[in-house]
Amino acid sequence: MPALEILGLSKNYPVGFWRKTLKPALHPLHLTVNEGETFGFLGPNGAGKTTTLKLLMGIIFPSSGSARILERDFHDPELRKEVGFLPEQPYFYDYLSAPELLDYYARLSGVPEVERRRRIPALLERVGLSDVGKKQLRKFSKGMLQRVGIAQAIVHDPRLIFFDEPMSGLDPIGRREVRELIQGLKDEGKTIFLTTHILSDAESLCDRVAIIHQGELRGIGVVEDLKSKSADKNEVVWHGAHALGAVSTLVSDHHVTGDTVRAVVSGGDTDSLLEKLRQQGARIVSLIPLHGTLEDYFVEQTSGGAQAQAPRTQEVKA
Amino acid sequence: MISRLSAITFNTFREAVRDRVLYNLIIFALLLVATAPLFSQISLGIEKLILVNAGLSAISIFGIIIAIFIGIGLVSKEIEKKTLYTILSRPVRRWEFIAGKYFGLLMTLVVNAFFMTAGFYLALLIVSRGLAMDDARLLIAIYFIILEFFIVTAVTLLFSSFSTPIFAAIFAFALFAIGTFSEDLHNFASLAHGVTKWLATGAAYLVPNFATLNVISQVAHSESISAKLVLFNTVYALLYSLTAVVIAIVIFGRRNLK
Repeated sequence: MPALEILGLSKNYPVGFWRKTLKPALHPLHLTVNEGETFGFLGPNGAGKTTTLKLLMGIIFPSSGSARILERDFHDPELRKEVGFLPEQPYFYDYLSAPELLDYYARLSGVPEVERRRRIPALLERVGLSDVGKKQLRKFSKGMLQRVGIAQAIVHDPRLIFFDEPMSGLDPIGRREVRELIQGLKDEGKTIFLTTHILSDAESLCDRVAIIHQGELRGIGVVEDLKSKSADKNEVVWHGAHALGAVSTLVSDHHVTGDTVRAVVSGGDTDSLLEKLRQQGARIVSLIPLHGTLEDYFVEQTSGGAQAQAPRTQEVKA
Repeated sequence: MISRLSAITFNTFREAVRDRVLYNLIIFALLLVATAPLFSQISLGIEKLILVNAGLSAISIFGIIIAIFIGIGLVSKEIEKKTLYTILSRPVRRWEFIAGKYFGLLMTLVVNAFFMTAGFYLALLIVSRGLAMDDARLLIAIYFIILEFFIVTAVTLLFSSFSTPIFAAIFAFALFAIGTFSEDLHNFASLAHGVTKWLATGAAYLVPNFATLNVISQVAHSESISAKLVLFNTVYALLYSLTAVVIAIVIFGRRNLK
């Protein structure tokens, strides 16, 4: 069952003072996230990740399109009882203590008082803040605030949780703690929608990822599949630098050391390269398959301008 | 709905109570009330008159300063600090947020007025060496001051729903100043001709009529306040503030909160 269906959501902002023109922040986006899945929404800064989340949370209104969250129209406020949200670099009411803040948010989410009394201490324990007492949030460190942020996102036990850059600005220890908390939620079977530009986090947590750049969806799929897409390359080393001129159109990257050439070639061009090298009288030293990473795929999809990009990738359900 | 509304109301009240600036204003106002007997020593025989005027004016002015000072940031601060993101991502309707903020600030002002009134009556007790039945009439002036808070809070919230805090403060103070002299605006309209008359009449009815809510001078001189005026002012303040809050809700309901 899909937990989230984004049906052509788009957002344009008017720019200019006198003659206003519309600048697209998000092109029509189509995306499906299945229940129980941990989905990574990746992209560089300003790609449209936060805009997408703001649209889904009702903070801004779409220029076109719609979405369904947990099989209900995304405008329906009642569905938000089952949705949690952690904004990027969250700021909370700093005059409150952590238990007060969680109690406030739980009340807004309709959690009964008896349940709040039981749940909040347990939740503070879970995020490692059981000893903060009545200390106001203004005295909290960045890492502690992020943990409070996660606690407020799950205080009402939602089925679907949106995290916007949850590891942003944290030190390595803080990042690991947050990653473990998200992993714990994943193990409980929660559906998680995670935006990040830290690819190692996405790689370790997500079942599927989508890559967005300049407001456009550039790729989507299972992490391993995407990695293998960029992995179809080989590194070829040969003696005979004179042959480079004949094969330069086939190689994407090369280094020459004396008479030895080290070059990267795509899987499809490898046979042609080897044949041409033999014709040129070059001696092949080695042929090594390259292992792709999510970073390789990400860079491929997001480097350069819009015109230089591959065509928009279509949705592929896992 | 009631639970969400009361949660937002109480949190707004709690924020104001924990704001140190609010304490500064309250202490300053209480000091003013407390020192009123000292001022009155320079005018023998009219101590009570001066105390009533100074005390009630302090309750009104400081309440209005607090209303505008806190009111201008009610919405814009939540947008700027992005605390609103974690509110609207819950089953909270935008109108509930605005209404909750309104009632929260109103609650702050009423509690503040209650304590200042207590201080005022204490000062009165000291100056007059006892309270007379007639002093209960002063409560009508305080009731009208609270009605003033209803309107000032509503218009400040309205400005806060679409403007920056600085502009909201300028608009709110300007409207308060014009509203205080709204009777003069009515007089000007009656003397003017043509388009000016229409514009002045329109402006006179559009700005809140704070003049009708100010009976400090009357109660200080022991003049009676008619029940008709109490009823009129109550209905007027409720309708005016309701209209301003509804407009704020409509504006806020359509805003993209970047």
